[in-house]
Amino acid sequence: MSLIQMPKADPMVIARRQAIVGGLSRALGQGTLVSDEGGLRAFETDALTAYRSVPMAAVLPRSTGEVSRVLKFCSENRIKAVARGAGTSLSGGALPAEDSIVIGLSRMNRILDVNFLDRTATVEAGITNLGISNAVGAARFFYAPDPSSQLACTIGGNIAMNSGGAHCLKYGVTANNVLKVKMVLMNGEIVELGGDYLDPQGYDLLGLATGSEGQFGIVTEVTVRILRQAEGARPMLLGFGSAESAGGCVSAIIADGLIPVAIEFMDKLAIEVCDDFAKAGYPRDAGAMLIVEVEGSADEIEEQIQRVKEIASRFEPTAMRISQSEEESAAIWKGRKSAFGAVGRISDYYCMDGVIPLGKLAEVLKQVEDAGKKHQLKILNIFHAGDGNLHPLILYNANNEREKQAAEECGAELLRLCVDAGGCLTGEHGVGIEKRDLMRYQYTDSDLIQQMRVKAAFDPQWLLNTGKVFPLDLQTRFAAEALEKHG
Amino acid sequence: MADVYMPRDEAELAALVKVANAGGNPLEVCGFRSKRDAGRPIKPSAVVSTAKLSGITLYEPKELVISAKAGTPLHEIEAALDKHDQELAFEPADFSRIYSPDALAASIGAIAAMNISGPRRILRGAARDHLLGLRAVNGEGSPIKSGGRVMKNVTGVDLVRGLAGSWGTLSIFTELTFKVLPKAPESRTVIFLGLADEAATGVMSAAMGTPYEVSGTIHLHSALVGRLSDQEIAPAKTALTALRLEGAPQSLAYRVEKLRREIAPFGDTYELDQQRSWEFWADIRSRAFLSKDFERPLWRITIAPSKAALIVRALSAFFEVNAAYEWSGGLLWLELPPSADASVTEVRRVLAEFEADSMLMRAPKAVRSSIEVFHPLPFAKMKIVQALKTSFDPAGVLNPGRMYAGV
Repeated sequence: MSLIQMPKADPMVIARRQAIVGGLSRALGQGTLVSDEGGLRAFETDALTAYRSVPMAAVLPRSTGEVSRVLKFCSENRIKAVARGAGTSLSGGALPAEDSIVIGLSRMNRILDVNFLDRTATVEAGITNLGISNAVGAARFFYAPDPSSQLACTIGGNIAMNSGGAHCLKYGVTANNVLKVKMVLMNGEIVELGGDYLDPQGYDLLGLATGSEGQFGIVTEVTVRILRQAEGARPMLLGFGSAESAGGCVSAIIADGLIPVAIEFMDKLAIEVCDDFAKAGYPRDAGAMLIVEVEGSADEIEEQIQRVKEIASRFEPTAMRISQSEEESAAIWKGRKSAFGAVGRISDYYCMDGVIPLGKLAEVLKQVEDAGKKHQLKILNIFHAGDGNLHPLILYNANNEREKQAAEECGAELLRLCVDAGGCLTGEHGVGIEKRDLMRYQYTDSDLIQQMRVKAAFDPQWLLNTGKVFPLDLQTRFAAEALEKHG
Repeated sequence: MADVYMPRDEAELAALVKVANAGGNPLEVCGFRSKRDAGRPIKPSAVVSTAKLSGITLYEPKELVISAKAGTPLHEIEAALDKHDQELAFEPADFSRIYSPDALAASIGAIAAMNISGPRRILRGAARDHLLGLRAVNGEGSPIKSGGRVMKNVTGVDLVRGLAGSWGTLSIFTELTFKVLPKAPESRTVIFLGLADEAATGVMSAAMGTPYEVSGTIHLHSALVGRLSDQEIAPAKTALTALRLEGAPQSLAYRVEKLRREIAPFGDTYELDQQRSWEFWADIRSRAFLSKDFERPLWRITIAPSKAALIVRALSAFFEVNAAYEWSGGLLWLELPPSADASVTEVRRVLAEFEADSMLMRAPKAVRSSIEVFHPLPFAKMKIVQALKTSFDPAGVLNPGRMYAGV
């Protein structure tokens, strides 16, 4: 793909590479420095693999102090820095620039404290999302936001992107589940944002930093809320003749006042691909399928399942199957959570993340289908339906220039559809580089400038994960102002 | 007395702020001024009220979303939601009565501006967690919008969260969009009488650690219990600890029973039925347990629940402390005896050992003028706060000094 331009690398900075590597080496203690071409290849891209760029160096610090010294060095020498967790960003959030260095948090992955009475866990930012739930699972607690990449993605990355997941319908996204972070600012200063418990008074700097896509500072430690698991949970599969019926059923469930833990949608193509992979027993003859999960005591689960069945029966379901065992539930979720990987086995794809008001679901799904036809591309839909968070996967062949170009154009068209429907460009993957140039479709320049000023309040030198989120022309203006003011 | 402006639309408000910005004239930003005696006193050239930016602009019960102009009275929004058996799930508390017995009700803008949540916050999240989008005018008079009407949105910097709880010092809200949820049909409350503070925070935390979805917890010292309207409870002259569960009758009965069995080791429990449970939490929501004596300083402390009782005990060595432990102890309300400085030295010295956050929620003007009302910030964080203020309000015309001197 080639539509998205990155800012030109500064040859003057790259010319200083030897000295920069030396400086980084001095700033690190126990941490690792990667500066050889082969080693640096590991940092050239993230899960938006169509874009690649090798950084000048990468450091893998082991402590907040090291992150602080590295950033201070970068700040004093005006070197751009990009934080990286596990590199699972779908929007290019961890993509480095050629004149930047990468700070990888993967070596900082310890659990520092768990307090079941206060229901908190304090961890280092490089721990995986699932690592937190695993650490508290024996006591029947869990960390709620569950991005599909939770086996690999880090809590630091989750905070950068304000990640969501299937179960956010009931439990909220990352921002609703984080209490405190330790963050290193670009100049090396270490600040704590948030507090030991809910809602300290004062500006919500933590709320602003959550979802700031690594542009405000680098989070090294996190205190999250952990929650007690429900007594039980059970998913059910509902097959429908068409996507419209399935969409109608989703709206009807929410409108009924029933808030399941998750409502996931798959269209026909997605059902086949995921079932081939996970052998989950999905209804392969259905035009679309929902996974609806409810939780509570055995009676509560039974009661909610009956309500869902009643509502679904109004939409002429072709299949209704309630999981009968832990194994069956696990297989049902495995199919959903490995969906992107499963699709990756059959085709290259471009994953969208727009959100729409629920009432527009059927209408927008039809428009998505039309857009695919127009661009002669197959589109597969698999998404968090309960909160209107679409994930159309546009299939294309990376070796075919026409298809590559068409996929990006089609993607942009789909996102504009979401905004037109009253929704937004991204619900959980972030803007990154991918949706940067569409930001003006959702926001006015006055909105964007206000956002950028807030970024500058945290990073006045404009050095952290630049080239992303905001339109490049505005960034150029801010970077020039920063250079003038801060040298 | 400063002039009071009540713009009728966003454009009029923007024009007004532009003029203030150009002249560097500070504005007091408010809705119905029911909480004008909270925060640091300021000296504005004029008052801007959102009272005439009023009315619900969108309500889609089937999509669980409502939008209203910032000056819409909270009760108007709640009445509209009630018709569809829905509610603002964060259960905004009503602080107006602790400032003035004849205060007008809060505006929805003030709820967002102060991030006011009530007892159910502990299960369902804070006001800012339910705020999906907003329109506002910044200190330069530029209209800005952030977020929208959908449940998930990570498009750009989350100004919604940044502005919620900023006390009108960064922007003036013009329109807000909230997520709403279905109302639970019934409510039950399990109470303990006479628990010591440590045992009370213990039982509240234990209850929150069960799978039974406890939707409110509070522990009140005996002096505060006496102010409640339940005529069986109020005269008890003993501390009271309450746990609320809500839901459909069958599920509720099951969960109440399981919960009572699980917390039985803490002591005898009593159950309040639907009506009494509802009235009890209405009292908690309207802060009926707090003194109306304006001379008595009221502190708001947030702290890890397991440390809350230690703070109260440490402060009790200096003076008589009436405490309410909300959010299982994570939110402490402390009423102290009247004093010239609201006992700020003792309070903050004790808190320094516990990493707590403090705010002087109510005190006479002279006291609020002479001490830091909001918790003092470390230097590096204060620099961000100042930069953030400048990023929205470079001339410092919106509620300047309401939170921190010079901000």
